[in-house]
Amino acid sequence: MSAEAADVIVVGGGFMGAASAFFLRKRGRSVILLERGQVGQQASGVNFGNVRRQGRFLPQLPLANRSRAIWGDLARLIGEDAEFLPTGHIRVCYDRDQLAVLEDYAADAKDWGLELELLGRNALRDRFPFLGPDAVAGSFSPLDGHANPRLAAPAFARAAAREGAQVVEGTAVEGIEKQGTDFEVTSVQGRRYRAPVVLVTAGAWGGKLSERFGEPVPLKVKGPQMAVTEAVPYALEPVVGVCSAEDEERVYLRQVKRGNVVFGGGLRGPASAENLRAYALPERLLAQFRQIERLVPAVAALKVIRTWSGIEGYLVDDIPIMGASRRVSGLYYAFGFCGHGFQLGPGVGDVMAELIDRGKTTTPIEPFSIERFATPDGSPQDAATATIPQETLAP
Amino acid sequence: MADAKIVIVGAGPAGVRAAEAVVTAGLTPWLIDEGRRDGGQIFRRQPEGFRRSYAELYGGEAERAAALHRAFESLADRIDYRPETLAWNLRDGVLHTAKCGLSDALPFDALIIASGAADRLMPLPGWTLPGVYSLGGAQIALKAQAAAIGRKVAFLGTGPLLYLVASQYLAAGAGVSAVLDSSPRRLGLRALPELLARPRLMARGLAMIAGLRRAGVEIRTGVTPRRIDGDEEGVSGLTVALANGRKRTIDCDAVAMGYHLRPEMQLADLARCSFRFDAASRQWLPEVDDNGRSSVEGIYLAGDGSEVLGAEAAEIGGRLAALTALHDLGEAVPPGELSRLRRKQARMRRFARGLAKAYPWPHTSAAGLADETILCRCEAVTVGELRRSVGDLGAGELNRAKAFSRVGMGRCQGRYCGHAAGEVMAAASGLPLEQVGRLRGQAPVKPLPIVKAVEPA
Repeated sequence: MSAEAADVIVVGGGFMGAASAFFLRKRGRSVILLERGQVGQQASGVNFGNVRRQGRFLPQLPLANRSRAIWGDLARLIGEDAEFLPTGHIRVCYDRDQLAVLEDYAADAKDWGLELELLGRNALRDRFPFLGPDAVAGSFSPLDGHANPRLAAPAFARAAAREGAQVVEGTAVEGIEKQGTDFEVTSVQGRRYRAPVVLVTAGAWGGKLSERFGEPVPLKVKGPQMAVTEAVPYALEPVVGVCSAEDEERVYLRQVKRGNVVFGGGLRGPASAENLRAYALPERLLAQFRQIERLVPAVAALKVIRTWSGIEGYLVDDIPIMGASRRVSGLYYAFGFCGHGFQLGPGVGDVMAELIDRGKTTTPIEPFSIERFATPDGSPQDAATATIPQETLAP
Repeated sequence: MADAKIVIVGAGPAGVRAAEAVVTAGLTPWLIDEGRRDGGQIFRRQPEGFRRSYAELYGGEAERAAALHRAFESLADRIDYRPETLAWNLRDGVLHTAKCGLSDALPFDALIIASGAADRLMPLPGWTLPGVYSLGGAQIALKAQAAAIGRKVAFLGTGPLLYLVASQYLAAGAGVSAVLDSSPRRLGLRALPELLARPRLMARGLAMIAGLRRAGVEIRTGVTPRRIDGDEEGVSGLTVALANGRKRTIDCDAVAMGYHLRPEMQLADLARCSFRFDAASRQWLPEVDDNGRSSVEGIYLAGDGSEVLGAEAAEIGGRLAALTALHDLGEAVPPGELSRLRRKQARMRRFARGLAKAYPWPHTSAAGLADETILCRCEAVTVGELRRSVGDLGAGELNRAKAFSRVGMGRCQGRYCGHAAGEVMAAASGLPLEQVGRLRGQAPVKPLPIVKAVEPA
């Protein structure tokens, strides 16, 4: 059986892969998108749905801004809006130390193209009367918002397919190697695919692929702890998050238009990339209850109807891998988005398509280069002991 | 293991008999139950202050009900009984419960899940109108509160509960407009050999139907439900197509509907028990061996919560599962007892197979449902929206269709719409039902109030 050929093979049909396939088609490149299960089924489909820029690693803001512009244009671009709502995002804090963090961030973010509005206790109460008394100040990002993660990646994949991309679900990659100028990718079913360019958008599984090309990365797999309540009349407009030094305090919530309140955050749970399993832990949910009640007391009157988790890849420095391979020409990476990739999805697709098409990008992505984890001999990186190469700000 | 901890979920026939067996072995089990009092659904007790006799409440089952209640009372100070408590999650040998805003974590060596069954429903236009109840709901109104769901009640569906609840309404003096059975009568004859496994029960069923006829109740078999008419004030009529194709509209102010029962399997699912597709009843059931063991070590399944065999079988299954758990924990069990119980259970299973043949789930009607029909009541998802998630959006499996359409995402988490959704999807996609799959269970088992954790004692 001869190999199917294209300009680019995208490995991994999450949000990054689906969006990349779409934008590559827009640039006239032929694309084969390979997905082990169903498009957007893993972390892309089960995350919180935050379309949030504030609080991100500052050098990531240009990418986030580019992505935000695409979010606002989804209906025209792909024919559906994935329930994106630019409701604003309010990030509150519980003490003065964190207020200083919010203030510094707002001052710095301005230089990166993100305008934030700082609200003191009274202004915060006036604008968002549903917040609990512990919230002493907040930073409001008026153009951020939220969307439905179950819909976004599949919508991009369908749009890519309409544009002519070959979207192949139920096809796990077994072999991948470069032969001459082309890569040959073999599926577990024995089908073969050939292209001069491979883009790895394999999320929590991306590290296993980069390692095969001598570029191991210190990637850990974790599961976010998510829950949703029964539906009640729509009353909480913005997405609400907490700025805190304590993991347990960093919860977030949003209400969807039809009334359910989605929440998550706090400590993450165990997940296994090998077994395709992630766990929503009962104790974590109970701990979240205390924090959610503190953040928006009215939510404590509701009932939770469902909990879930997902398999997310985290690099030790909490920022993703993005860009060209430093060892193999024609190989590109965009994976390991450390639990904050949903907002970036459309932008990552656009930027990776630009990079593959033009060899360079108008949006800086150097901080995310895999080079930061390069070892002299390509020896494996241990996520537990790897040194963090640069000062980063947890989102 | 003298100090082994056995937790039993459900205080119906299976749970109570399981608790009894554990107590007899000298252990003190936890008995967790959502109900306010013991008895489960079938032998639900009336509230304090109500004075109906056992015969009035339970009819032909009065003696069994009284015996089960007595058995429970005799256990009172030898079990840790927790009524009005929801077992909402399960992980790593710990059962998580919630009661009155407090959550508790109960570690166990063995867990016996006796979670019972609930109505199996197939939507039809108008089924979300006020005045439409499930058969089980209509029965509970009568049993618990001595209230009827209407003055002229039409009973629609199939299975023994259809005739039982109609008879109970009749006996209580409530108006019964009609009994409309979707199963053709010839199927009952075909199932006769299996039904004869329990001749007395079969005779009682036939007597019940005869009693309804004598009272002048219109009984139709082989009907195809068309729609329920009414408005926000309530129900005004029910229309079906009769076996001969003619349309028949029943004048009624309430409808009780249900197509037999389905096990409540969320806990078994959260315990990651294996499931198998049962082609005869067209549903997924947890795998359970003849002794009540699930596929997961330490998890035992008993009663209608694992396979709908009825109350008498549940009592046997509860005892069987408890003795098996005790045996697995190294306790001595009465010699010969397990095999005696297994033999009884085999007879029950044979009878249940007959019932499934006589009163099949009317799966073919899913294909004919109009697009506008509400399928998922909690999220108000229509049949058409589910079909669109299959056709336009390419969902090839039920959880994918759920992600796209929200079917099964509401308060009931697909417990009531899941079976119908599977059939709609199978018909729309052309896939066999077993390939469409089943909705994955996710905690909590039922809506969980934002609770506080109890500090470990």
